[in-house]
Amino acid sequence: MIHFDQVHKRYANGREALAGVSFKIEQGEFAFLTGHSGAGKSSILKLIALIERPTRGQVFIDNQNTSAVKSGGIARFRQSIGVVFQDHKLLHDRPVADNVALPLIVAGIARREIDKRVRAALDQVGLLGKEKSRPLELSTGEQQRVGIARAIIAKPALLIADEPTGNLDPDLALEIMQLFSRFNEVGVTVVIATHDVHLIERFDARRIVLEGGRVVA
Amino acid sequence: MKTWLARHAQTLVGSLGRIVHHPFATAMTIAVIAVALALPLFLNVLLQNTRTATANWNQAFELSVYMSKKAGSDRAEALAKQLRSRPDVAAVRVISADQALAEFRESSGFGKALDLLETNPLPNTLVVTPSVAASTPEGTATLKTSIGALADVDTVQLDTEWVQRLHAMLEVLTRVVWLTGGLLGLSVVLVVGNTIRLDILNRQAEIEVMKLVGATDGFTRRPFLYSGVWYGLGGGLGAVLAVAIAVTALDKPLARLALLYGSPFHLEGLRFGAAVRILGISVGLGWLGSWIAATRHIRAVEPT
Repeated sequence: MIHFDQVHKRYANGREALAGVSFKIEQGEFAFLTGHSGAGKSSILKLIALIERPTRGQVFIDNQNTSAVKSGGIARFRQSIGVVFQDHKLLHDRPVADNVALPLIVAGIARREIDKRVRAALDQVGLLGKEKSRPLELSTGEQQRVGIARAIIAKPALLIADEPTGNLDPDLALEIMQLFSRFNEVGVTVVIATHDVHLIERFDARRIVLEGGRVVA
Repeated sequence: MKTWLARHAQTLVGSLGRIVHHPFATAMTIAVIAVALALPLFLNVLLQNTRTATANWNQAFELSVYMSKKAGSDRAEALAKQLRSRPDVAAVRVISADQALAEFRESSGFGKALDLLETNPLPNTLVVTPSVAASTPEGTATLKTSIGALADVDTVQLDTEWVQRLHAMLEVLTRVVWLTGGLLGLSVVLVVGNTIRLDILNRQAEIEVMKLVGATDGFTRRPFLYSGVWYGLGGGLGAVLAVAIAVTALDKPLARLALLYGSPFHLEGLRFGAAVRILGISVGLGWLGSWIAATRHIRAVEPT
């Protein structure tokens, strides 16, 4: 599903985030990217979502070389993966339902179909009935669930999350991780970047440990 | 297809909702566009009216054909008949030398002095009105040369200089209206472009999120394009309204002024077709302005 081949990433400010990273994540796998902040976790997720491009080396997603995806094709490419952010990235001036529906709206799905799937997605994250709430009326944990509902509504085969539990207390963090685990159980490939080593010990999942832009374990 | 249409309709209405959400800013933008478009539009209305008014002035293109002194009145009648048969001549009036003298005697007040003359110093004269097709500066000039070459014609007088000046002036004014229209049209594009640019800056976070969930630039741009269309439509309607008000306000005093000169002139406003065309143009300009701004600035927003 994901294949990094000798990937280097140097940012415009000269910082070298990745220094020759290679790994493979198979379809249906549940993997944690761990390491201290600055180890390169976020860079890997950004390369997967085509937010950044590798300086050297190649990234394959679903057997497709991402360097072949031109800027005009990025939008369609992103429609095929679900992304969850630490800061949720919700639109605060729109109700929860609209936020969750966004990936379907940009993909041009019919309105009636969208309403049905929004309810299904909110049901899966335990927020049924909150359709009309504004994001800021919800707790941080609930906002993160809205973010997850938005990431999974288009039924992507790959779900990536950057520190999804970063702002949550341990109990809520565990709930969120269990939610990801449930999506993995139905076949979704899940990759989560987190520095919370205690939390991931409770999950039987692969660990890719990064240090200084290299895979060390 | 149905979904596609529904989505466009939804975006169209949505963008309208968004711009009326800021009524003051929207009204300002629309007012600027309306003023920019109203000015050339109003000039054009005045120009059209001038053209219509001067179109009836082809009587002014009469030619006075003075015959040589030797030619008698039979010869004048014969020449008149000959000229009447020409396709570029509408009418010929003969003023015989005696008639002319009688008229002159009456109107000049030189009666006594004229009695002292042994012979009539005035020639027979033909007043030639060109046909409508020939009532152009070029047509009358051709006619003049052609008549001047005929036997027994002494001189042909054609006072077209002022008409030619008027035509030239109208020509210049037309250009001025076009240039003004072009410049102000450009300013409409810039005003809409700037408004859309600010709108995009205000919604940068939203655009970023849209891009992250896979929105194409085209999709993200669409609501901004519709905003531009609404601005253009609003500005166009404002301009048409402003011109209608100006015409109504000017019609009465202008008609009174014209009446003092013995003319039944009245100011004609925008025709329906012209108004529709202006709306089309302003919508197009709004779309263009928003397209330029949105394409540029949405491309620049990249998620990080």
